[in-house]
Amino acid sequence: MKKTIILMAAFLIAAAGHIQAQKIKGSDTVLPLAQKEAEAFMKKNKGSRITVTGGGSGVGISALIENTTDIAMASRKMKLSEKMKVGESGKTSVETVIAYDALAVIVNPTNAVSQLTREQLEGIFTGKIKNWKEVGGENMPIVVYGRESSSGTYDFFKEHVLNNKNYAPSVMSMPATGAIVQSVSQTKGAIGYVGLAYVEKNVKAIKVSFDKGKKYVAPSVATAKDKSYPIVRPLFFYYVTGSAKMVKPFVDFILSAEGQRIVELEGFITLK
Amino acid sequence: MKKIYEKAAHAVLFASSTVSIITVLLIILFLFREGLGLFGQKPIEDGQVLLVNKSNPVNKLTSDELKNIFDQEYTNWKTVGGSNDSILLFRIDDIFNYYTEEELAGVDTNMQLLNEKVSELVGKQTGMVAFIPEKQLVLNDKVKTIEVEPVTVSGFFGGELWFPTSQPAAQFGILPLLSGTLWVSLLAIFIALPFGLATAVYMAEIARPSVRNMLKPVVELLSGIPSVVYGFFGLIVIVPLVQQLFSLPVGETGLAGSIVLAIMALPTIITVAEDSIRNTPRSMKEASLALGATHWQTIYRVIIPYASSGITAAVILGIGRAIGETMAVLMVTGNAAIIPHTILQPMRTIPATIAAELGEAAKGGMHYKALFALGCILFLITLLVNITVEFISGGKRIKR
Repeated sequence: MKKTIILMAAFLIAAAGHIQAQKIKGSDTVLPLAQKEAEAFMKKNKGSRITVTGGGSGVGISALIENTTDIAMASRKMKLSEKMKVGESGKTSVETVIAYDALAVIVNPTNAVSQLTREQLEGIFTGKIKNWKEVGGENMPIVVYGRESSSGTYDFFKEHVLNNKNYAPSVMSMPATGAIVQSVSQTKGAIGYVGLAYVEKNVKAIKVSFDKGKKYVAPSVATAKDKSYPIVRPLFFYYVTGSAKMVKPFVDFILSAEGQRIVELEGFITLK
Repeated sequence: MKKIYEKAAHAVLFASSTVSIITVLLIILFLFREGLGLFGQKPIEDGQVLLVNKSNPVNKLTSDELKNIFDQEYTNWKTVGGSNDSILLFRIDDIFNYYTEEELAGVDTNMQLLNEKVSELVGKQTGMVAFIPEKQLVLNDKVKTIEVEPVTVSGFFGGELWFPTSQPAAQFGILPLLSGTLWVSLLAIFIALPFGLATAVYMAEIARPSVRNMLKPVVELLSGIPSVVYGFFGLIVIVPLVQQLFSLPVGETGLAGSIVLAIMALPTIITVAEDSIRNTPRSMKEASLALGATHWQTIYRVIIPYASSGITAAVILGIGRAIGETMAVLMVTGNAAIIPHTILQPMRTIPATIAAELGEAAKGGMHYKALFALGCILFLITLLVNITVEFISGGKRIKR
């Protein structure tokens, strides 16, 4: 009995040593894309193992700093403080843009409002505008959904739509993008922001205008690609130079034509 | 030979209990050491400074004032005790609004040059406040840095804003989180206790053995369901129900959280309470019945008082589960960090906050320490509950 256990343990250790395992962690926005890419990559390169987990951009970068992941996925740029933390441990981080993502503002399908300006969005998310009738809808209170502060989407939306102002304290923070879609679909007065790939039939993506109402643009892959839709962000992979040799094949695979085709299939916007 | 076994058994028991006690003490020590480090620190991100014109009379700002300034709520220095001059915000990306590409040529490669330009700019603009990295700060005689007031104990416990990642100054006010936790868990226990006790009495005293044998595994099965499943059930079923029932604009409320928590605390309460009720000696029950008491009178005058210490244990364990529960609450209470006035508002609890934010908090940073301080508070609340219940049930035992 004991012998078999020892033998099995030895076998497991030997097997683990052979397979090159990569750990990828971070943004929930990038998660479905990275999973599909990893599957395709593993199918092509037998013997490579990639595990992908979510948690939020901040979580991924934190894990990269603490050396518990090989690649950090992020839907925002690394913050200065995080860069300094990487530097403190004597490493340099490498940044690669793997795709773009449009951020859609979604409301309940029964909502009469179908377009908003950036200024109106700022008012709604900072708590200045509290009722839909102030932006041309019916008389009902606005229920605002957002992500947790660990999310890159949270930071990106704050920087680019709220003009760097803080969210109102009454904004409800949801643990996942899927939860925002679910809540918006079942709450009449709801508004929230999600990646374009998450927009489903049971929510309505609204048109936004960043030029004070002159032109409203609906989010789609096409409008994001021709840059007429304003809320588009790059999605990043971060790794440290020390592990470049191990992770480079996978990163290159995503940047290849084959990898970029998966980007398109998953509802994201390709690099070119 | 027997003696050696005896001795060995004693030693093993002693060693394992010592190890577990020391582990608990070390965890508590660790928790408090990390948590207490928060106080006295400046709530500004590491490696960043605030730069103003030398002629500005303001030297010190609270984090609250800073948040209002950078949210453009305060637009004049008069509001924070300065001269009558409008506030001009500057973040590092704004540099291109003031200098042309040619003037800034080479700043990408030379941070020094960039910071010289920033200092030059702040020296020219009397009302400007710049939020920039400290690393290569170039001070000239026209600018100065502004101090940020450190986090105080009263600001931590009395603060009404929780913005742990806000820049330039984070806000660590736990009042909304603390009140959210108390509202949700207290209501949960108020819902769970009557249901749990009633079920326990029914199962122990009234139900036929065949019914009981079926009911008991079902109840125990409830405690085996992962909390995420409860959370999802709450989000899909209870949240819309609460919303329709009270015709609220939003269903993610403290009440939804309390209901989910109550369901989760039920198996613990039922199992522990039922066991203690069944432990009532047969002689006591029969004595009561022999004196002419009805079955119901026996239950509430003899059995429940006898089992009270077991029932209080059930309550402690139930509250423990309710206060510490994370995932399910995270999904259904809406997590808005506001001070609730009714149970029908979104709330943010302490465990949900720790679970949602600890992953991204850089080790040793302000946010990390603030979350540990929250952990300390959670620990103290549970300790307080345990001591109180212990005290109450102890008093009862003496009376009897």
